[in-house]
Amino acid sequence: MISTDILIIGAGPTGLFTVFEAGLLKLKCHLIDALPQPGGQCSEIYPKKPIYDIPAYPEILAGELTEKLLEQCKQFEPGFTLGERAETIEKQDDGTFIVTTNKGTKHQAPVVAIAGGLGSFEPRKPLIPNITDFEDKGVEYMIKDPEIYRNKRVVIAGGGDSALDWSIFLADVASEVTLIHRRNEFRGHLDSVEKVQELKNIGKINLVTPAEVIGIIGNGHVNGVAVKNAEDEKEFNIECDHFIPLFGLSPKLGPIANWGLEIEKNAIKVNNALDYQTNIPGVFAIGDVNTYPGKLKLILCGFHEATLMCQAAYQIINPGKKYVLKYTTVSGVDGFDGTRKEAPKAVVKTID
Amino acid sequence: MESQDIKITIIDRDGVSHTIDAPTDMAMNLMEVVRAYELAPEGTIGICGGMAMCASCQCYVLSDHELPEMQDDEEAMLSEAFYVKDNSRLGCQIQINPEMDGLEVELAPES
Repeated sequence: MISTDILIIGAGPTGLFTVFEAGLLKLKCHLIDALPQPGGQCSEIYPKKPIYDIPAYPEILAGELTEKLLEQCKQFEPGFTLGERAETIEKQDDGTFIVTTNKGTKHQAPVVAIAGGLGSFEPRKPLIPNITDFEDKGVEYMIKDPEIYRNKRVVIAGGGDSALDWSIFLADVASEVTLIHRRNEFRGHLDSVEKVQELKNIGKINLVTPAEVIGIIGNGHVNGVAVKNAEDEKEFNIECDHFIPLFGLSPKLGPIANWGLEIEKNAIKVNNALDYQTNIPGVFAIGDVNTYPGKLKLILCGFHEATLMCQAAYQIINPGKKYVLKYTTVSGVDGFDGTRKEAPKAVVKTID
Repeated sequence: MESQDIKITIIDRDGVSHTIDAPTDMAMNLMEVVRAYELAPEGTIGICGGMAMCASCQCYVLSDHELPEMQDDEEAMLSEAFYVKDNSRLGCQIQINPEMDGLEVELAPES
């Protein structure tokens, strides 16, 4: 069981900044995120795109913003459960909550802050009629353990970076790699595209374009895919042991929708007059995942919401204990790791 | 300043047709117009914010208006999207301008 003060669901910009604000109040945080890395949309969808409305940054790349936020909160030693989706929440008799992920990891905290953005990122499944019959029987939407493909025949579908990168990687692992894409052009980084071209030329990747997988063949396990050429519409089969469709991820509110929270417009209703608490006391929702009159889905608004939420969390965790707002310039920042940041002392020296 | 609204007809994902006024002077794109009028639930359209990176604003163009030519990123995204037809476009890549008066589009299913 992982124990913490504030359990944050979602490691995007709002969740990461919460760690810093909570740390100033001497509260510890742990974050859960379905993605394998922190940053949320900023690292998953648009790490190389600039953002122009982060105060004091005339321009910052989304990936860079994530790095800066991680650096800013580092001394408060946040814990991370990555690559797992928060599945259930149970209120305990002592007022704390236990949140369990899809992989069974349990987390306990007196305060839960949902900073889940648009939800957890789930793979987009292609519209192949019988595909669900073969899930985990040769069809995988995400590559978790590349070793299962050793000496197997693999078909990958998709035209973006992950389809290209995994085709390159598996070319050395699998006995046969076929990459199928609806067009002849690929959208990935130039060096990935060139590498695939190279591997195709030496016969290590079979490239099938422009074409689309239209069916799965097999009896209990994949042993081939039905493919349709996009130009002449001819259909043919390719024998394989695994089919890996890589068509990107799309966010879904997911299990959080069943936690008994008030939901409106795919977002969680909160009290914006005070502390961004939901209808369940002790559970807050901050950033893009919440809604209230006048809500704007902006990173900078998430930062503000996180800051106010931490004050309310302090009151729940330290009932009745006095607190007064401190400025970091005056008080410095004392990390949980023993580090201290502070303003240099003024030099007092006589002028002769 | 005089600004001109144009009429656009949008068929939502339930098949309901809406003819709405879209401003031409607010640098809005078609995806943003759909969101402004809440013709698709929040969180199901414009997920990437309008970067041609998610295809949640895919629509089918039903009228024969001349639209801005497709750029590489839109074409690439559509080549990975589902339910794509010959008249598919990404709403976020279509800036509203006065020539689009009378435009008719249908939202593609959510995926």
